[in-house]
Amino acid sequence: MPAEVVNIVIAGLGGQGVLKASDIVAEAAFRAGFDVKKAEVHGMSQRGGSVTSDVRFGPRVLSPMVPAGAADFLVVLAPDQVEPNRHHLSPSGRLIAPDAVEESTLRNKRSLNVALLGALSKALPIPESVWIEAIRANLAPKLHDVNLEAFALGRAR
Amino acid sequence: MYLLIVYTTDRMLLSGDEAVALGAHDAGILLGTGYPGTPSTEILESFAALGGRAQWSPNEKVALEVAAGAAYAGAGAIVTMKHVGLNVAADPLFTLAYTGVTGPLVIVSADDPGMASSQNEQDNRHYAVAAGVPMIEPSDSQESYESVRLAVMIARQWKTPVLLRMTTRVCHSKTIVSRMAPIAADEPHFIRNIPARVMIPAYARPAHKRLRAKLSAIAAWNEAEGPNQCLDGSPALGIIASGVAFQHAREAAPGASVLKLGMTYPLPLDRIRDFASTVERCVVIEEGDPYLLDAIRAAGIAAEGKSEMYRFGELNVARVRRILARDCTPEPVPPAGKPPELCKGCPHRQVFQILRDLDAIVAGDIGCYSLGVLPPFQAMDSLVCMGASIGVGLGMRHALPPHEAKRVVSVIGDSTFVHSGLTGLAEMIYNPPPSGHVVIVLDNGTTAMTGMQEHPGTGRTLDHHHTGKLIFEDVARAMGIRNVTVIDPCADPQGLARVVSESLARPDLSLIVARRNCLLAAADIRRYDNAG
Repeated sequence: MPAEVVNIVIAGLGGQGVLKASDIVAEAAFRAGFDVKKAEVHGMSQRGGSVTSDVRFGPRVLSPMVPAGAADFLVVLAPDQVEPNRHHLSPSGRLIAPDAVEESTLRNKRSLNVALLGALSKALPIPESVWIEAIRANLAPKLHDVNLEAFALGRAR
Repeated sequence: MYLLIVYTTDRMLLSGDEAVALGAHDAGILLGTGYPGTPSTEILESFAALGGRAQWSPNEKVALEVAAGAAYAGAGAIVTMKHVGLNVAADPLFTLAYTGVTGPLVIVSADDPGMASSQNEQDNRHYAVAAGVPMIEPSDSQESYESVRLAVMIARQWKTPVLLRMTTRVCHSKTIVSRMAPIAADEPHFIRNIPARVMIPAYARPAHKRLRAKLSAIAAWNEAEGPNQCLDGSPALGIIASGVAFQHAREAAPGASVLKLGMTYPLPLDRIRDFASTVERCVVIEEGDPYLLDAIRAAGIAAEGKSEMYRFGELNVARVRRILARDCTPEPVPPAGKPPELCKGCPHRQVFQILRDLDAIVAGDIGCYSLGVLPPFQAMDSLVCMGASIGVGLGMRHALPPHEAKRVVSVIGDSTFVHSGLTGLAEMIYNPPPSGHVVIVLDNGTTAMTGMQEHPGTGRTLDHHHTGKLIFEDVARAMGIRNVTVIDPCADPQGLARVVSESLARPDLSLIVARRNCLLAAADIRRYDNAG
């Protein structure tokens, strides 16, 4: 278990599945036994505007928001949202950009969010089986196969 | 869309809204009412998903009145709304404090500091003081869950409505919740108590005195047993905080002594005085207005607040650090994100394009269609509150010179029209401007802005079952508007343009219903309709 809180920011545009992705990360961390907090602002999120969501997990989390410039991981779903969100990253933080997964290899482009979680998952202390449970718990059964495939693709890279 | 958590285990990751719903369920609440409003909307939806009886009302005033009736009847009731909704419900609120309740009544106000999705960032803690109702402020989902139980306990003991004041970050953050043993529901039955509930002046005067006595008793309880917590730390710095600001403060200053206030009206002033006397520097960390600070200072307790610059927007860990460091230098401005816009293919687009092309003066209203103010349309000239489009449009028609008056149009969404447009129509018929007036109801068949909730104009209940339906064109005709047109803005944009132009040219009153289901809701609406 990491001694410190792990800070993740997920960013993209409304409709891309930013909130769903953060739900999955938070669920996975929760199932792995960590304290977890997840923050987001929704309301305008379906109108195509910028959306970000913060997930924090560790032994004990206080504020639900990732402090400015403290993100250990920044996962971005839209190419034009990388620069506007780069300031979230800590100096040693890692960017997972939308091209971390080749979009053409995805069976459904809408699974990009889960594919990028696959890439993120390799760096986090959460077992793969727990990720899979979290994906299943957050998506309708008919979406399980395509998203688990996308997750595996992201994780394999 | 928001996939609601299945509440199956005793330890869950829940949003504050979901936690309130679970708290209401486990505290024996019989009825949930409300009007959708970010960030409060998911409470009733989650309560319904848990099997609770939840219903959308036409507006917050009606919602509070229905909940009050249930509580008069001895049932537990919860009513939910966003902060500005409590303005609408303020009239019953103030007198309910006098009458008190028989069953527990929990009023949830979800404030939006930072205005993520609101027209102002009013601080509803002032309502607790103004109306005289006890107020609880949770700082995470566990406390949100427990707050409902505590509110029910307080309401039962003192027969008072209780305000549960949440904020966007508490409502929409997910944190871990451990469930507790359920509380038995209250058994509704009618007990006549005319002097307590009929607020004619002769009965209201003693009721006001009873209210003040009750608040004194609650203040004494809050001093001794309230949900307030002292966390020992360095005597050099003491922090007083409530709500999510407590979490930020704990993280920003882990070594500080902290007095966390869970019940912020009536305040435990002796406890605050004791705390302040044990620390060298006492700082109040709160979002929004200096509500705690002013009350603490008025009690003669020395405390430091935040600089005025931190009154605006939400707090976070970085801002709390700056407040503690008395840093008033300009804050870094994060890069601008992409603003939201009306969806491609949204039926509102046709309407705003026509209004822009006609150079109409547009009195606007609250909903997705508020986005008509942004490029490429920029076709909105005012936006104040729910329903204001009609009154403001009429006022402009009365005051403007004739060549400008005849360009004025009021634009209002379907849910907003039901919420508070009907009285605007009554005004229009009663005091028609000399140039006439034109109202366009943007009827997309759902409360789109808040996430596709039903309303009386959809003819479906909160959980999408068929019920009575308000038909706007029939209502308008029955109220006395002769020139009423219903048109599909996507199927017949030219026809709509013609109708708007012709209506503007007339000297009498027109109401146009631009009816086309919201793109995002259309498939679900078809499914509900087919379900019969």
